[in-house]
Amino acid sequence: MTTDNVLIKVTGLQKSFGSLEVLKNINTEIKKGEVVVVIGPSGSGKSTFLRCLNRLEEPTGGTIELGGVDITDKKVNINKHREKMGMVFQQFNLFNNHTILKNITLAPVKLGIMKKAEAEQRAMELLKRVGLEEKANAYPSQLSGGQKQRVAIVRALAMNPEVMLFDEPTSALDPEMVGEVLDVMKELAQSGMTMIVVTHEMGFAKEVGSRVVFMDEGVIMEENAPDEFFANPKNPRLKDFLSKVLI
Amino acid sequence: MSKKAFAAIMALVIAVSVASFAFPAFASAAETAQEAGGIGAFFVELKDGIVEAFVELKDDVYNVLIKNDNYKHITDGLLVTIEITLAALLIGLAIGFLVAIIRSTHDKTGKFKFLNSICKLYLTVFRGTPVIVQLLIIYYLWLGKAGVHENIAAIIAFGVNSGAYVAEIVRSGIMSIDNGQFEAGRSLGFNYVQTMVYIILPQALKNVLPTLANEFIVLLKETSVASFIAVKDMMKGANALVGFTYNMNIPYITVAVIYLVMVLVLQKGVSMLERRLRNSDH
Repeated sequence: MTTDNVLIKVTGLQKSFGSLEVLKNINTEIKKGEVVVVIGPSGSGKSTFLRCLNRLEEPTGGTIELGGVDITDKKVNINKHREKMGMVFQQFNLFNNHTILKNITLAPVKLGIMKKAEAEQRAMELLKRVGLEEKANAYPSQLSGGQKQRVAIVRALAMNPEVMLFDEPTSALDPEMVGEVLDVMKELAQSGMTMIVVTHEMGFAKEVGSRVVFMDEGVIMEENAPDEFFANPKNPRLKDFLSKVLI
Repeated sequence: MSKKAFAAIMALVIAVSVASFAFPAFASAAETAQEAGGIGAFFVELKDGIVEAFVELKDDVYNVLIKNDNYKHITDGLLVTIEITLAALLIGLAIGFLVAIIRSTHDKTGKFKFLNSICKLYLTVFRGTPVIVQLLIIYYLWLGKAGVHENIAAIIAFGVNSGAYVAEIVRSGIMSIDNGQFEAGRSLGFNYVQTMVYIILPQALKNVLPTLANEFIVLLKETSVASFIAVKDMMKGANALVGFTYNMNIPYITVAVIYLVMVLVLQKGVSMLERRLRNSDH
């Protein structure tokens, strides 16, 4: 059994697409309240790693424990566990045919977690928190990219998840909109939410991350607290990577 | 469709009908004018001829449609046409959605290999042969022999035929939805079926609604071949009138106008529905 503090425990995680081995033996633990920032060059497997955590990609080997339950076990109801893992996508993936409010309340209501009125009240609270309460009755196509992403974060939060997974949440945004999304994420981190963030935003990693993980070629090459990670990288590949992304 | 366009089409229909009645008057007037050798005589003859034709038309309409309640052949047939179309539509939609979901699930996940092959065979056969051939085979080689009523046989034949087209329309709609929508649904805790029902299908349906409505309109018109297996639909009613009144013009044009009006009403309904659904595309 894992200690109480560990929320997610990944052991020997592997993922192959055909003959292409994307993840090779990933081992890590994520504690409650931790903000883990995953960085690495494209094709390093960081997005695949994140998508394996809620089994949007089916792992080909290893185990993932969420609160002590192995969710790679075919017998577990993965849908129940996904409710506890909010996910935010690069392309927002809001439901275009529904209003913002309906986007947020659809899952909690249809899955029987909340009554409609309760879900709407909660949605409005969350929208207020990200400064978008006046957009409740708008449709996604009426929002800017940054606004869409903030709604997507709220949609995931409305399920009251134990952990939030962010898959390059700012990569599809215009530069001037990156800040507003990162601010929401920062606020979320400060509120004590457990977060796993795949990103290229080194500033965010430094400032908000409690741990930074560097992935390359399907393995975790190095992980450390941000200060040490950026000031004193040990792995030559990480040194090389940081020299390219940091000015 | 606007009111103006509707009026224009109706005017055209009436003009064509009138012209077909007035043509003999025109021809005989021209003949008389040639013999008498004067343009004045031509117009007098033409006027008389047209008046005569209208009186004749009035008499014909009375004799063919009104007398002995003959119109009931067409109106009773109309009810059968509507009944067959609606029932076949429901069967077509049910089969179509089922096949589309099996096929797209197979494409997405690789499951349902066997069912997918059956669906593909079904699509190949029913989209690859004329509906009338299917109707005749289903009735004369199978259901008719088993004593099934011809209306039921027609409903099944048109429903199964329409299902094949609906299936591919709906499947194209499902495939047109970005996979991110699917992943967003799954990541929120919806299972495969819930994601389909709450997220994918409503969007897919909206995308294919005009095509689906078109299939409905095609189906309505296609049922006119049901008279081949002695279904007493509207077309059969018209044929019966032709048979015992020896008048072809009035029954066939009447039926054409009724089909056209029904199609126009359907198109109007679809465009209203489309406008409502478009609310989310700003």
